[in-house]
Amino acid sequence: MNTKVTLAGVELKNPVMTASGTFGSGAEYGQMVDLNKLGAVVTKGVANVPWPGNPTPRIAETYGGMINAIGLQNPGIDVFVKRDIPFLKQYDTKIIVNVCGKTTEDYIEVVERLADEPVDMLEINISCPNVKEGGIAFGQDPKAVEAITREVKKYAKQPVIMKLSPNVTDITVMAKAAEAGGADVLSLINTLTGMKIDIHRKTFAVANRTGGLSGPAIKPVAVRMVYQTAQAVKLPIIGMGGIMNADDAMEFILAGATAVSVGTANFHNPYATQEIGAGIEEYMKRYQVEDINCLIGAVK
Amino acid sequence: MTQVKGTAAVAGQEKLAEGVYSMWIDTEPVAAQAKAGQFVSLYSGDGARLLPRPISICETDKEKGRIRLVYRVAGAGTEEFSRYQEGDTVDILGPLGNGFPLEGMAGKKAFLIGGGIGIPPMLQLAKELDCENQAVLGYRDGELFLKEEFESYASVYVATEDGSAGTKGNVIDAIRENGLKADVIFACGPTPMLRAIKAYALERGIPCYLSLEEKMACGIGACLACVCQSKEVDPHSNVHNKRICKDGPVFKAEEVEL
Repeated sequence: MNTKVTLAGVELKNPVMTASGTFGSGAEYGQMVDLNKLGAVVTKGVANVPWPGNPTPRIAETYGGMINAIGLQNPGIDVFVKRDIPFLKQYDTKIIVNVCGKTTEDYIEVVERLADEPVDMLEINISCPNVKEGGIAFGQDPKAVEAITREVKKYAKQPVIMKLSPNVTDITVMAKAAEAGGADVLSLINTLTGMKIDIHRKTFAVANRTGGLSGPAIKPVAVRMVYQTAQAVKLPIIGMGGIMNADDAMEFILAGATAVSVGTANFHNPYATQEIGAGIEEYMKRYQVEDINCLIGAVK
Repeated sequence: MTQVKGTAAVAGQEKLAEGVYSMWIDTEPVAAQAKAGQFVSLYSGDGARLLPRPISICETDKEKGRIRLVYRVAGAGTEEFSRYQEGDTVDILGPLGNGFPLEGMAGKKAFLIGGGIGIPPMLQLAKELDCENQAVLGYRDGELFLKEEFESYASVYVATEDGSAGTKGNVIDAIRENGLKADVIFACGPTPMLRAIKAYALERGIPCYLSLEEKMACGIGACLACVCQSKEVDPHSNVHNKRICKDGPVFKAEEVEL
């Protein structure tokens, strides 16, 4: 049975990876999950300098989901390179670094710093809804998507994944723009902008007022967008949005995702990533599928 | 220390006061490791409620492999927990966080200050601390949950907001009215209370440990939801933020900005 998939020439032992921001750089969940069993670890977004993030409360639970507005708190690329990459290198898994920035120059600075580091791919976050500058501002205008993709590609030595926002009228327009800019892979979806009101305190449930909605509540939207994008572009897709178990992961794969990212599920079940990897194999046995690649985009 | 998420049996539940419940849980792996001031993540049985609820450990019975959680019903998740009865099961992850420091405390005069639902973790601390324990407990009203249990391990002073028992006012008012003094302070409760205690301790140069609370998602230090502001740049975050779930929940008063 073959569970290996390939993204822009990078071979993953299975299609299961972590969704950026939910898993740190793996040190904490690594106490419970065998990181060797994951196709890849996608790190929390890292910027050129440390970012303090947003005020608290930063999260709120919603029905079948949660809203977060962490604000991309991160220690900056220097600490990340010194501490987090060597940690992940101990494991037999691929390392995908999520890169964030306020300006094109910020992104480029991080991409250049990573050029000679042992990381396998870069995921460019142009879709964070929780920061005032950068993030989603790059992800909602096709011209900006194409331009930032092209700039990043000029400096990147690793394959480039562009992470797309669902907070757009037509995600295939952004997907095509990223493809035109030279992206190697697309990942989607980032969180949907949402809001929760605390009716007892009569205020916003998260200090940032709005936040990104994630979890099973958004899964049908994510599956639809992965399907539409798979029909619109030739690039491989990393699908995510509310994957809680192997059945959910299979929906994304059948809709056209080559790999899947598991995010909010980690909070509900720290073993989720590992269990989903095992569950995909069970699915393959049950339906006598020899190669996972036969299932990618099988539903047309 | 190893954290394991597992399914545990509820050993019993009782209501202590309006909206305040006490639940014993059979969980040998958590009980064996738990220290005063640590907490557990408790998971709802309803798949629509994804996030675990962080709840402080009120007591540990290592012989029976049990822990006791005393918690306030604050929403649908804790309301669900309050309905659990002996024999029901619940998913639990823990013990989490650092706990209160016990070393070098022997023989000192200590304040164990709890405000509202910050009172429960001070009970296990009172049991473990080799100090002259003075428990100063702040309640809303005359429903003095856990007070009698503290009396076995500490001299107990009470403040109530409505004046129905003890000192009318807050825990600082109770300390003043009773003319109490301490060499070390441990406290858990609402932020305004902790802020006042921090000021009290710093003015007098008394070492002070505060247990903080914040909305959490992962409970293990990965998601960065539950940060507090730190005075110095934190070595892990590389900014002025500490993770309450992982670096805390107990901090030295001077380490954190409240």
